[in-house]
Amino acid sequence: MAGKALNGIKILEYCDTVSGAYCTKLMADLGAEVIKIEAPGIGDGARRKPPFPNNIPDPEKSGLFLYINTNKYGVTLDPSKPLGNKIFKELVKDVDILVEDKPPGEMAKMGLDYDVLNKLNPGLIMTSITPFGRSGPYKDYKAYQLNISHVSGQGYLLPMPALKSDRPPVKVGGNSGNFDPAIVASVAIMAALFWKGKTGKGQFIEMSKQEALMSMQRVESVTFPDSGINMTRVGMAQKRSPDGVMPCKDGYVVVVTPEEHQWESFMKLIGDPDWAKEEWCKDWINRSGNVDRIQEPILEWMKEHTKEEIFRKGQAMSVPAAPMNASKDVVESPQFNARNFFVEMEHPAVGKIDKFPSSPYRFSKTPWKIERPAPLLGEHNEVIYCERLGYTKEDLEKFKASETI
Amino acid sequence: MVNNGPLNGVRVTEFTSAWAGPYATCLLGFLGAEIIKVESMQRPDHSRLLSFTTGKKFETVNESEIFNNLNLNKRSVSLNLKKPKAIEIAKKLVRVSDVVIENMRPGVVPRLGLGYDVLREIKPDIIYLSSSACGQTGPDREYIGYAPTFAALAGLPHITGYEDWPPSNFMGSIDLRSASTAAFAILSALYYHQQTGEGQYIDLASQEAIAAFAGDIFLDYVMNRNVQIRKGNKDAVMVPHNCYPCLGDDNWISIAVTNQEEWECLCRAMGKPELMDDDRFSDLSKRKANEEALDMIINEWTKNQDYYDVMRNLQDAGVAAAPSMTSEALFNDPHLKERGVFRQTDHPVIGKNWVIGPPWELSETPAALRSHGPLLGEHTDEIFQDYLGMSVEEIQALREEQVIY
Repeated sequence: MAGKALNGIKILEYCDTVSGAYCTKLMADLGAEVIKIEAPGIGDGARRKPPFPNNIPDPEKSGLFLYINTNKYGVTLDPSKPLGNKIFKELVKDVDILVEDKPPGEMAKMGLDYDVLNKLNPGLIMTSITPFGRSGPYKDYKAYQLNISHVSGQGYLLPMPALKSDRPPVKVGGNSGNFDPAIVASVAIMAALFWKGKTGKGQFIEMSKQEALMSMQRVESVTFPDSGINMTRVGMAQKRSPDGVMPCKDGYVVVVTPEEHQWESFMKLIGDPDWAKEEWCKDWINRSGNVDRIQEPILEWMKEHTKEEIFRKGQAMSVPAAPMNASKDVVESPQFNARNFFVEMEHPAVGKIDKFPSSPYRFSKTPWKIERPAPLLGEHNEVIYCERLGYTKEDLEKFKASETI
Repeated sequence: MVNNGPLNGVRVTEFTSAWAGPYATCLLGFLGAEIIKVESMQRPDHSRLLSFTTGKKFETVNESEIFNNLNLNKRSVSLNLKKPKAIEIAKKLVRVSDVVIENMRPGVVPRLGLGYDVLREIKPDIIYLSSSACGQTGPDREYIGYAPTFAALAGLPHITGYEDWPPSNFMGSIDLRSASTAAFAILSALYYHQQTGEGQYIDLASQEAIAAFAGDIFLDYVMNRNVQIRKGNKDAVMVPHNCYPCLGDDNWISIAVTNQEEWECLCRAMGKPELMDDDRFSDLSKRKANEEALDMIINEWTKNQDYYDVMRNLQDAGVAAAPSMTSEALFNDPHLKERGVFRQTDHPVIGKNWVIGPPWELSETPAALRSHGPLLGEHTDEIFQDYLGMSVEEIQALREEQVIY
């Protein structure tokens, strides 16, 4: 079938909660066939995470699970049981990509490490996503999103600016720190897929979540070895420029002016004050030495204007300004909606969701598309185990009885 | 240096500046793609001139460590796109490329005569990605944006920080999230091209790339009309889930506990088994209700300890704990040292310069740091001679006309 970027690609996902699931979702949404393996009985961890409709927990209704598992087939399987192990290998034989996020050594303990699986399927691209990687002193350490966000250097700098240092640094809100490793891993996997397309060969990819986040903190990470600077969330860091996050009449806005003409436009926006034409206000270096003096009248002006006014009037004058949107503002944003960022999605347990987040890219030939909602727990056991692998329905009953599936 | 990367043989021409565009191709370069950066003294990339991260201003265009860190492995040609002849040369480069990426303000590239409609006539199977703040369509398409503004529009600052403090600003690492997303999109199109011979156009909106990391937050609003706000390090379910002060100035350890077993491990590791029997903390919902009191107890325990001691102690007990790291802490960390995360480039102007290496290990086709970020126009002569068949005299003439500038 034409029209899907990853048509014909088969992926097996043996991951829990967010990172691995979001990684394969990116590919499923572009046409890859993803089989998601969940633990029999309890299922994936994301099923127990909010948001739930009406705040009532239900493993089939987690908004998080629904979001990061679109377009996948879902099966239950316990590969640590002998029969489950055999079935896992049968599934691996038929796929291009396996993504797993088990602690280092766990796959090997089950006899499912790359050396074994590669013999069954030499074209297999196996990807291991772990908190700290598979080598080094912390390899067996646990880390959740909170820990990864901080141990990568990202959290230490948030919130920026912090009013005081007596409160802890924070992680990025929501599940962002879990999505980060997913997008970083997806880049290497797609490159390996390209190479497989040329050579037929698979390979093993290792990625540490800490390093995935550090790769995106690369500029902040090297300030000490390169310049002897430890950035902080308090102090001089936020004082370098008399713009940034500012309160206004009905909330907050952010204004940035990396180019001099943008600063000049910003000054026109606030009424072209005379002080802005003086020597101590000319160019970025002068302004960074007079931040308080400059910011005071700006903040006075901000108080009298709304987010929307500052955003629209500012942008019309080429001032890089934006409102600090809440989720509601994004869902209702004319721009997001004009681009159909939110689409309809129908799910058997939740019903119709009229504004379901889609993707940040518009491909001219191979569109992003929801073909099926996230799977119910074990929804595709029969399709995969009977129709694909040739087991009978009686076999399935036995697998269930032994808690293999 | 030998290039064994999976994308060896893929050629990318980029018309990008700042962070989001350049780092997308830096990722492809790590993976073996050949990257040709088109730039000009007429309007140098601002990351060559100024570091918004450290506040450092650079005297010349060739001494920016930020530019180096974001443009590793690339080659640079200088072309002054204000000159019609430069546009013709740029088109010739596109003819010998597989991928084009640009991140100018929407509308600019078509005006220059380098839009997709023009370039597909020259190279019908070109993969062309445009990266912009708000996207190429919709009412806000021409709005200017940088990391702080498109993060704000995507809703991330509103949920990051403390509720009684302003929302957090977000700087350049947000660009790199958009960049990583762009790299994934390009690679998907490249795979499709490998299978079908067809190129295509990709319109990527950075504000949507960041919004995609908050999909569950939007669903909470769509399903429940619940508008989430900043809540520090707190999680909806997990307790304890915070950073706690340690010995030293502004030193913190992040601790996250997900279940009863980890809770009990934490109590024992702290030498406070009595907490397990404390009515305030006997189950998850009670711990959530008494989170502040619990945080105080943990604060008291951590505050006179070195954060590495707390990490080791808790990790040995099976509890996820990791420090909140500064650049210096990351640079000196034994785990990151052993894994070789910080790498040194030998830059012709800056000298030895630390950067962050590729974030993955690929067993068959290693990602690699092959060379420093290019000097402006460093490779003009070799590329124009080798790929476009220009003579030394022609190149000299173009320099005199400031087409090469």
